[in-house]
Amino acid sequence: MSDSTAIAHDTAAEAHHEHPPYQRHHFETVSQQFDATNFAMWLFLLTEVMFFGGLFTAYLLLRNWYYPAFVVASHQLNIGWGTANTAVLILSSFTMAMGVWSAEMRRKGMLVLFLVITFILGLVFLGIKTIEYHEKWEKHHIPGWHYSIQNFTNPTSDPEVYNEYHDKALPVDIASKTELYFFLYFAMTGMHALHMIIGIAILGYLIVRARAGDFTTGHVTYIENFGLYWHFVDIIWIFLFPLLYLISRH
Amino acid sequence: MSAATIVTLPDQATARIPKTNFLTKENGLLSWLLTGDHKRIATLYLISITFFFFIGGALAGLIRLELLTPQSDLVAADTYNKLFTMHGVIMVFFFLVPSVPATIGNFLIPLMVGAKDLALPKINLLSWYLYVVAGIMAIYTMAAGGVDTGWTFTTPLSTHYLNTHVISTGLAIFVAGFSSIFTGLNFIVTIHKMRCPGMTWFRLPLFVWSNYAASILMVLGTPVLAITLVLIVLERTVHIGVFDPAMGGDPLLFQHLFWFYSHPAVYIMILPGMGVISEVVSTFSRKRVFGYTAVAFSSVAIAVFGFFVWAHHMFIMGISNYAALVFSLLTMLVAVPSAIKIFNWAFTLYNGSITFETPMLYAFGFMGLFTIGGMTGVFLGATGTDIHLTETYFIVAHFHFVMVGGMLMAFLSGIHFWWPKWTGRMYPEKISQLAALVTFIGFNFTFFPQFILGTLGMPRRYAAYPPEFQVLNVFSTAGASILGVGYLLPILYLTWSLKYGEIAGDNPWQATGLEWQTQSPPLTENFPEIPIMDHEAYDYEWLARQQQKEVASVG
Amino acid sequence: MSEQHGQTDHEHHIVSPMVYLTILLALLVGTGLTVWASYIDLGETHIGSLTIFWNPVAALAIACTKMILVVLFFMHVKYSTKLTKLTVISGVFIFLGLISMTLTDYMSRAWGRW
Repeated sequence: MSDSTAIAHDTAAEAHHEHPPYQRHHFETVSQQFDATNFAMWLFLLTEVMFFGGLFTAYLLLRNWYYPAFVVASHQLNIGWGTANTAVLILSSFTMAMGVWSAEMRRKGMLVLFLVITFILGLVFLGIKTIEYHEKWEKHHIPGWHYSIQNFTNPTSDPEVYNEYHDKALPVDIASKTELYFFLYFAMTGMHALHMIIGIAILGYLIVRARAGDFTTGHVTYIENFGLYWHFVDIIWIFLFPLLYLISRH
Repeated sequence: MSAATIVTLPDQATARIPKTNFLTKENGLLSWLLTGDHKRIATLYLISITFFFFIGGALAGLIRLELLTPQSDLVAADTYNKLFTMHGVIMVFFFLVPSVPATIGNFLIPLMVGAKDLALPKINLLSWYLYVVAGIMAIYTMAAGGVDTGWTFTTPLSTHYLNTHVISTGLAIFVAGFSSIFTGLNFIVTIHKMRCPGMTWFRLPLFVWSNYAASILMVLGTPVLAITLVLIVLERTVHIGVFDPAMGGDPLLFQHLFWFYSHPAVYIMILPGMGVISEVVSTFSRKRVFGYTAVAFSSVAIAVFGFFVWAHHMFIMGISNYAALVFSLLTMLVAVPSAIKIFNWAFTLYNGSITFETPMLYAFGFMGLFTIGGMTGVFLGATGTDIHLTETYFIVAHFHFVMVGGMLMAFLSGIHFWWPKWTGRMYPEKISQLAALVTFIGFNFTFFPQFILGTLGMPRRYAAYPPEFQVLNVFSTAGASILGVGYLLPILYLTWSLKYGEIAGDNPWQATGLEWQTQSPPLTENFPEIPIMDHEAYDYEWLARQQQKEVASVG
Repeated sequence: MSEQHGQTDHEHHIVSPMVYLTILLALLVGTGLTVWASYIDLGETHIGSLTIFWNPVAALAIACTKMILVVLFFMHVKYSTKLTKLTVISGVFIFLGLISMTLTDYMSRAWGRW
């Protein structure tokens, strides 16, 4: 394992004064700085994987235990909105990757354009989520907050969903488990949305700096590393979508 | 004790602390509070964790005072529950987890790999601030009435049956967890990407290997604790039902998620300590560590295996027999790499030129006490014995042997060993040796009786106990007061040494390692020029040639 | 090796927009596919006492494929150092370890005593 990338010149003292302004003093070369910060971002993403891991564990257990309740409850999620959101995020991943490419090619205009599109797509995603959350609130499907199992013990009380899926009525004890499904729904998509919000905020800051030309002089680190974060948030949704929306629609 | 010592100090009449060093480089509070210098951050951490150590220690004192008598007469049972809970929370999360990594590790890792700083200095500073915020939240919790769930927050007690400050404690630990994650992340990046030229992996000091392994655990394990605490908070506030059987949840799910972190946490706590012992044993036997590769790989093996043994904390909680079998087997396996280290240190000592300065005394204490603690862990890893010994004082004794007899001794060993490098001054040797001895005696008096109490059946976390256990409890409390003296002394004499200690010079211990080739205290940028590593770790022949060259060139 | 010109690292392979576009289309197709599959009953297969339900298997397989595409191409892992690849793999490994070892406890409870 020899991935030591620092190279000390005999002219170490001279090289010290020749480094670009964005190279921090404790790094020997720009390349080392890029490698180190890139690796650091990957490690941070690993922590995020494990953070969501706890929720995925809870999900897998409870879905296994209460499958009928999970199926019926998942019909309450609008597949149109869910698919749209998935497409929006995938598209935003594409535009983010294009943004990284633009930074590497030093094309400031394109970089700003792609970052702005990514930003907008992120807002669209959150907008759709707001619509979905609002609908849950109206139908009393928010756990711990006037939660109602009426739609599950008496499916015909919800004609919109009933006409599509014709779910059988669930007995009360199984119907009450739908609250666990919705807890997982809100916890997982909520945690995901929180990460989106943070991402969008950082993206806003990056757009400001990109417009000033900070990332098109060879210093692609911030854009590349933020891109990793953004793609990661996309990957989480790539799993959340089938696990929450597509449990069984037949 | 022989008068032989390897300490070599410069002539005290003419020696001076170097005028420019990391402590004097800039002045003023802000230069400390906004620093990126890993050595200053390490110093900030050292002060903070010492503060929390004494709070945790005071709580321990109260626990032992209560246990002098069989009745719950000093404090009410509820209060006693709060005492041991806060003692555990503070000692684990605010002292042991950050102890070696955030202080000695932060200080030394860049020096040992030959870098000017850690890879992410700002993240390092953030890590300290998160620790301070978490600490304030913990102090608030204590002031507001404390929490009494036990540091393990077992559900459904913590979620449904108690009205104490579970949420604020959970959030405090959540924040402290991120402090730990950022430290570990920084170490991994630094060790991979910032080694100086010639510093291959197998030339690194074993201290670096141990911290690397512990950092992997910090980065991969702590987030699971974070999400678990979030779930506890949600359960208490919103009543989501994930841990509530009445709503379809499972209390055991909490335990799986909690122990998935908390078992690796004990390796996070002990591995850096083992790293210290490797350095100290080598230096004070004047020999390279026996079986470098084995010790290096065993650190990583402990980390990897340590991820897959967590349910041995849950043998009696309702997991399946098959799961218990698998986890028990893996627990036996994880003991092997730890034992390998003990053997390697023993073989390092064999035929070495051993001297008994304070760090070495603590190291000997570590080797003996950690071995006892570790072996009792094997008893607990066997399900048959665990059923009888779990939740008794046997467990309490086991983990105090490894954590206090092991880890805390290693921490003190490291603090004494690197004190001259950190401050430029030596600590007073005689009184520190006395303190080490007092600590060792006090420790054994405190915790050995607890093994016996456990096998006799005294349960843990009880304020009152049957009168037949009183004698051993009195022994234990008496030992605790001796132990307290042993821990107070270093505070006093180390502080004293800051002004009156002998000037240490660059390398008072004649140790190998890049940190000993720089001035004491080091420069802010550690090295005037990035060094080039051209010799193996623990190369005492290289050191001898260096010293000859110095003598030759000066003379 | 001279680092003077080294604003972009020599190992910093720049992925072309055509690749990105291809991956985008693949991801969108995968999304459509997984939605479509959820409307069809893919049945189950019994192997001894084990039952494999093909719907969740298909959904997870598609999701994993999409993840691999994002990781390899959008996140540049295909063109990254061995260290990056190792990091990704260890993350997946520990994640799977957490889930599988926890769930095997629950699953084996149904097997009763020895």
